[in-house]
This record gives sequence, structure tokens and C-alpha cells, in this order.
Amino acid sequence: MSASHVTAGPARIWRLASLGPALMLALPVVVVMLSVLQPQWQVWQHLAQTVLWDYISNSLLLAFGVGLGTLILGTSLAWICHHYEFPGRSAFEWLLLLPMAMPAYIIAYCYTGLLDFAGPVQTAVREQTGWAYGDYYFPEVRSLGGAILMLTLVLYPYVFMLARNAFRDQAQSLLEVSRAAGLSPTGYFIKVAVPMARPAILTGVALAMMEAFADFGTVEYFGVNTFTTGIFRTWFGLGNAQAAAQLSALLTTFVLLLLLLERGSRSKIKYYYQGHKHHSQNPQRPSALVSVVLLCCCLLVLAAGFLIPLLMLINWVWGTGLAQFNGQFLSLMWNSFSLALVAAFLVLVLALLFAYGRRLRDDPLIRMPVTLASMGYAVPGTVIAVGVMLPLAWFDKSLDALMQAWFGISTGLMFSGTLFALLLAYAVRFLAVSLNQVEAGLERIKPSMDQAAQSLGFGPLKSLQRIHLPIMKASLLSAVLLVFVDVLKELPATLILRPFNFNTLAVRTYELASDERLSDAALPALSILVVGILPVIILARAMNRESR
Amino acid sequence: MYKVVSVIVFSFIFLAIPAKSAEVNVYSARKEALIKPVLDSFSTKTGIRVNLITGNADALISRIASEGKFSPADVLITTDVGRLQRAKSKGLLQPVESDMLTNWVPARLRDSDNQWFALTKRARTIMYAKERVSADELSSIEGLSEDKWKGRICVRSSGNIYNQSMVAALIEQLGEQQTLEWAKGLVSNFARPPKGGDRDQIKAVAAGQCDIAIANTYYLAGMLTDSDDTQVQAAQKVSVFWPNQGDRGVHVNISGAGIARFAANKEAAKTLLEFMLTEKAQAWYAKHNGEYPVREGVEKSAVLKRFGDFKAESIPLQRVGELNSAALVLMDNAGWK
Repeated sequence: MSASHVTAGPARIWRLASLGPALMLALPVVVVMLSVLQPQWQVWQHLAQTVLWDYISNSLLLAFGVGLGTLILGTSLAWICHHYEFPGRSAFEWLLLLPMAMPAYIIAYCYTGLLDFAGPVQTAVREQTGWAYGDYYFPEVRSLGGAILMLTLVLYPYVFMLARNAFRDQAQSLLEVSRAAGLSPTGYFIKVAVPMARPAILTGVALAMMEAFADFGTVEYFGVNTFTTGIFRTWFGLGNAQAAAQLSALLTTFVLLLLLLERGSRSKIKYYYQGHKHHSQNPQRPSALVSVVLLCCCLLVLAAGFLIPLLMLINWVWGTGLAQFNGQFLSLMWNSFSLALVAAFLVLVLALLFAYGRRLRDDPLIRMPVTLASMGYAVPGTVIAVGVMLPLAWFDKSLDALMQAWFGISTGLMFSGTLFALLLAYAVRFLAVSLNQVEAGLERIKPSMDQAAQSLGFGPLKSLQRIHLPIMKASLLSAVLLVFVDVLKELPATLILRPFNFNTLAVRTYELASDERLSDAALPALSILVVGILPVIILARAMNRESR
Repeated sequence: MYKVVSVIVFSFIFLAIPAKSAEVNVYSARKEALIKPVLDSFSTKTGIRVNLITGNADALISRIASEGKFSPADVLITTDVGRLQRAKSKGLLQPVESDMLTNWVPARLRDSDNQWFALTKRARTIMYAKERVSADELSSIEGLSEDKWKGRICVRSSGNIYNQSMVAALIEQLGEQQTLEWAKGLVSNFARPPKGGDRDQIKAVAAGQCDIAIANTYYLAGMLTDSDDTQVQAAQKVSVFWPNQGDRGVHVNISGAGIARFAANKEAAKTLLEFMLTEKAQAWYAKHNGEYPVREGVEKSAVLKRFGDFKAESIPLQRVGELNSAALVLMDNAGWK
């Protein structure tokens, strides 16, 4: 990607500007990794003899299951919405993004309530048939398979969104040429459309897999022992924070492999955006029967990933009433919304800084810390929070000592326990999301554009502003949106790092749900959806406008 | 004119008081909904402002530790004795000298150095399906490892702190070897791999997936008073049995609090602890959380009265905290997922 044509001066300034933030973001992951220096043999021996293989196999199965699930679901739905004209298509283009706003642990609670042995569905079956426990087979929701399904249902939009953008960039002429060469529509999908969209699709799949690695709420509730539950058990149960951090370090190495694979697959092929002039493909009008089938497919996924849990939440809220809804609750919504928005833009700026810097000049000094920070996406939020907490506290204490020595004033805790600490944790946790979107967007722009801009006398900042940003608007929007929704749902880091008297919807939901007061948790959970849906709709509309 | 000025002056003074007034910073592992009302009434009564962060106990402990001497934390509240003990052993708490606290809280329910005090008691006991089990079949927790319960017991995972504390207490009283044998027997009687919370175990009993659950009583109390009818109906199919009444008593844990070592508002923190142990606060607490008051003579809630009285374990809770990791290792070895 290195574009050596850029003069050294601006690239160097850009590099200097990126270095500080890059190192700062890498720090929490490095802190976690450094734990390896103090091996905890006894704990490891115990883990290896008892539960470690469960952690490894379950985590890998979960991540690959979710990867496969989102790949199939996301890509095929994107293709359906892209290629066929059927009733409701334009609505489904954004409706199918909605499950993204659904926190995985909430959908898990909802489906457990519905499908568990004690839930209404199985109870109705027993009442109808007179069967008792053990007389019939019913798939167990709270299992590894169930966890894969739940996570797939809320994570497929990552793939869906990226794949659809990529399909849109494919020109009508491409389809016509393929037709002329004798490819059937299915053949075109398999042999041309998907391979060409592969970088985008794999980016989405990698994100979903990382999210699956980091998931705690769902697997904990389902009793599936993965790395994340193991980290918590080791830290809280065995009281060994070091060993817990070492487990996280092992987890991050898996993720590093995943990231390298994804990177590798992306670097082999490059397809560039052809500019606005080309005709994007016209949707096909299928037979009535096929239309109905397609409609049902979309509806089914939407129902499973969004409508059914939504109805369950509404039902619970209906039962408990709106007593919780008062001024305090509004401030809770405002906290969540504003925090997510600020974080989303902050992370976008950082991602642009790193991605564009890399385009100007690939520099290992920046690339390495950025890659390290990107792994934060697969590290459980609690671990990131500790990684943020320790260096900040160290910094605060050193600064205090310095100020004491020089001026005799105590500065105390400057950053610890502030929103800054929280934003830093979010940045580490979600940089990968934003960075992937921004990089995918940038990669589709031909380097010749940069050269053209340069020949017009544009500096890097100006060409970014005038050329790149406008072209990659859709990618920027999805970057902001994805991080926004992620922060809105984020729980463990928020729980640990937030300042006094500062609550979010996710915190409130979790507190009630973890106390097994599901019906009371429904209102804040529903509010997460309400706050989260709005930007999804905005994004979808903007994307549509962009493409038409 | 004079009046107007004095009103303004007075209102300024009045406004200035809360701004300057004392405050106390609370790190609480007890959920906001379960503690805020008590803290609010404390503020109303004393004029001391309470700042609150809630979260996982261990995370809060890590936060206090990393903040070191600058930590704003004055009071640490947890829902489990193991965590208080952990905070103490990391040197994050300080002794509190208060005649009220030492008089009100029995010695067994506070730290030997007065670094932490229980606020409420929580009993972890046996619950059974009224239709399929008679109380005569039950006797002790140890009895649950007998073959007759094969495939009939539901309990949550060993990652859960209540199970860890229960097993730690058993290690202290039965010894490690006997506890391990018991745990293996119990695991072989599980009706299903552990999953979900305590309420889920109770619901599974009500629905017939298992006959026996081990759960904390306040979960059953919460279900009985839930606004959701299906929860109430499920809870009504389940009865409480108090095991080991002939010998050592049922396992009891606490929620409790201590004052942070570097507390800037130590006096206010002490006042808060004392307030939480007043009869009124204890009664409220017991009623809203379905837990048992620590102080003698404070009335239990109506739901708890229905569960009946019980004899509790009498080991010092400090030991339970100390044996926490031993308990987890033991459960891993017994195959308790």
C-alpha cells in the first residue's frame, strides 16, 4: 500500500502525530501481555489438568461457528437485497441491520425465557401432549450451539453491511460480461460477486469472530466455559489476577493469528472503486414464488434476530409498567447516547489517523502498536479496563510525585476514574471496528487518485478532506455507527471505569438482569434498542442515498 | 427590603451548605437499585452527600488497589464475605472503632480486626418440588450426594460466588477430603449441566426438570413478590428446607461493608455504616432484598417469615473468605462445571 510518491515532509508530520496515540492505545494490551513475565505455574497446572481444554475448544468452536454463521447469513442476505427486486426490499436493506442494536446477552435472556424447559413454549408442548421431562427431545437453548446461534443472529449485520457495500460497487457491465460468458446468476454470485467482495466479507466475519471471542454475558448465562468465563473464574474465584491476565494473553494470540489471516487474505487481492460514473447493477425481478420465498427468508431472520426478542421485551415492560421511567432514567439515556457518540467520533478520528498514515507511508513503528491495539476488540472489556487502569494510575501517581517535588502541590488522580479513562478503554476495545471500516474504504480508492491529488498540489490533509473522505463516506458512516452501537452495548469496562454517579443503560440493564430481575431489566434494554436503532436508520438512509 | 435581602442571604447560605457539606464515596458491589434508597435516606437524614459507583466486587477492589493512596473510595460494600476478606488481605481496608457497630454486629459476622461488618445475612439452602419430594427425605447438604438423588438436582455453576462460599464453609467444617467426595457425589446427581442463575434452578424445579435446587432464599422471595405471574406460580410449587438443623446449621453468607484504608471522609463513612445498621435501615434492607437482618430483634419480612426460622452455621466467616480459591480448585477437581 505504501505510496512512495508522497513527499517525505507531510508523511513525517503525519507519522509524528500518529505515534503518541498509537503507543497510548497499545499500552493496555501490552500491560496484559506483560503478565506473561510472571508465570503462575501452579494455577496453570491446575487449569491444564481440569478446565483449560474446555476453554480452548469452546472458544474456538464458538468463534468459528459464529464466523461461519455470519458468513452464510450476512452474505446471502446482502446478495438477496442487492440482486433481487422483491416486495419490501428497500425496507429490508435497513431493517436487516437492526439486530446489530440488540446486545447479545439480552437476546440470550429472551430466548432462554421463551424456549427453556420452564418457558412458555415447552410448557405448552407438555400441556398439550401430557409429556414430562425426558419424554421428548427439544433443542437446549443454553448450549454451545445456542450461543453460536444467538451471537450469529446479532452479529451477521457486520457482514451484511460490508458485503452489500461491496456488491454495490460492482458494475452492471461486470454482470453483463459474465452473462455473456455463460454464467448463470448463481454462478455469477459464486464465481464473481463473492470473490470480488471477499475482502469486505472477511473483514465482517473477522469482526464477528472477535466479538465472539470477547463475549462474556451470553456464554456465562449459557454455562458454556470459554476463555472469557475462565478469565473471570481465575481472577475472581481463584483470586489470581496474573494468571487471568495470562489467559487473556493466550486469547489475544489466537486473535492475532486471526487478524494476520484476515490481513493476508486482503492483501492478495485489491479491487478499486470505479468512481461514480459506472452503473451499479440493476436488481432482477424474480418470479412471484421466488419473491415470496426471498421475502420469507428476510422476514425470518429479522424476526429471529430482532422482532421476537423485541416483543418479549415489550411484553415484560407491559407487565412491570413504566414506573422506572423518570427524570433519572432520561439522564441515563442521555449518558449512554452522548458517551457512545463521543466515543464513536473519537475512534473514527484515530482510525483515520492510523489508516491514512499507513496509506501515506507504511511504518512498522506505527503499524505494530496499532495492530496490538486492534486486538483489544477480542479481549474482554474487564481485562481492557484493568489494562487501562494500571498505567493511568501509575501516570497519575508519578505526575503527583513530580508536582510535589517541584511545586509542592498534590495533583492526585488526574485521569483515573474520569471519562477520559473510559474513552481510552473504548478506543482500545473498538479501534479494530472503526479501523477495518476505514481501511476497507481507503483500499477501494485507487492510489492513482492520490497521485492526481498530489499533482494538483494537495497536501495529505487536503487530499484526505477533498478526495478520500467524500468517496468513502459510506465506510465512515458505518465506522461511526458500529462503534456507537458497540459502546452503547458495552458493559464490563464501563462498569469498572466510570466516574461516580454515572450510569448507562447497559449498566442498568445488566444490574437488573444479573439479579435475575428480567422483567425489570426490560425497560433499559428496550431503551438501548431505541437509542441504537435511530443511527441505524440514519445510516441506512445515507447509504441508500449514496448508492443512488 | 430588609426581608428580601435576608431571604436572599439565607437562601445563599442554605444553598451553600449542601455544596460544602460532607460527602462520602461508596464503591458498591451491591446493585444500585438495592442500595440507592437506603443511601438516599441517609443523605436526607444527615445531610451527607453520597457518591456511588456500583460494579463487580473484584473489579472495584482492583480499582481501589490501583488508585492507591489517592483512591476516592471511602466505603466498600460487597455481597459476599470472600470479597471483603480479599480487600482486607490486600491492605485496602482499615479498622473501625465504633461501639455501635461492635454491639450491633455479632462477632461471628464481623472481621476480627473490625475491618469489615456484615450488613445482612443471606441463607443458601435446599429447595424442593412440593409435589415430588417430601421433607422427610431430606436431612443435610451432605445427603444430596446420595444415589437416590441421581439426576434430580439443579445448581448453578462453580463460577458462582455463592457456591464457592458454600463449599469453602464445608471445607472448613468437614475437611478437604470429605468435601471433595461429597462434591463428586453431588455432581453425579446433577439433572443437567449447571447453567443460569439461582432463579433458573428454582424454575427448573417448578417445571419438573429436577426435584431439588440449591439456592439463596432471597431469589425465591423475589419470585414470590414478582410482578410477573408466571414467576409467582413457579415459586409457589417450591418449598424451602433447612438442612443440617440437627448439627452445624445451614450455610449463611453476608453482604457487608468496610472503610477504605485511604478514606478521606472517614467520619462520614463510619456514620454511614452505623446508619445502615440502625433498626430502621435493617428492616428496610431485609424487606426489599429478601435478606435476613444482622441485628437481633429486627423484624423479618412477611415472605421470609413464611420460610420459617433456621439454625445457621457458626464458623467465623473470615475463614470462608480465606478458603475461596481452595473451594474453586476442589470444584474443578470434582468436575463441577
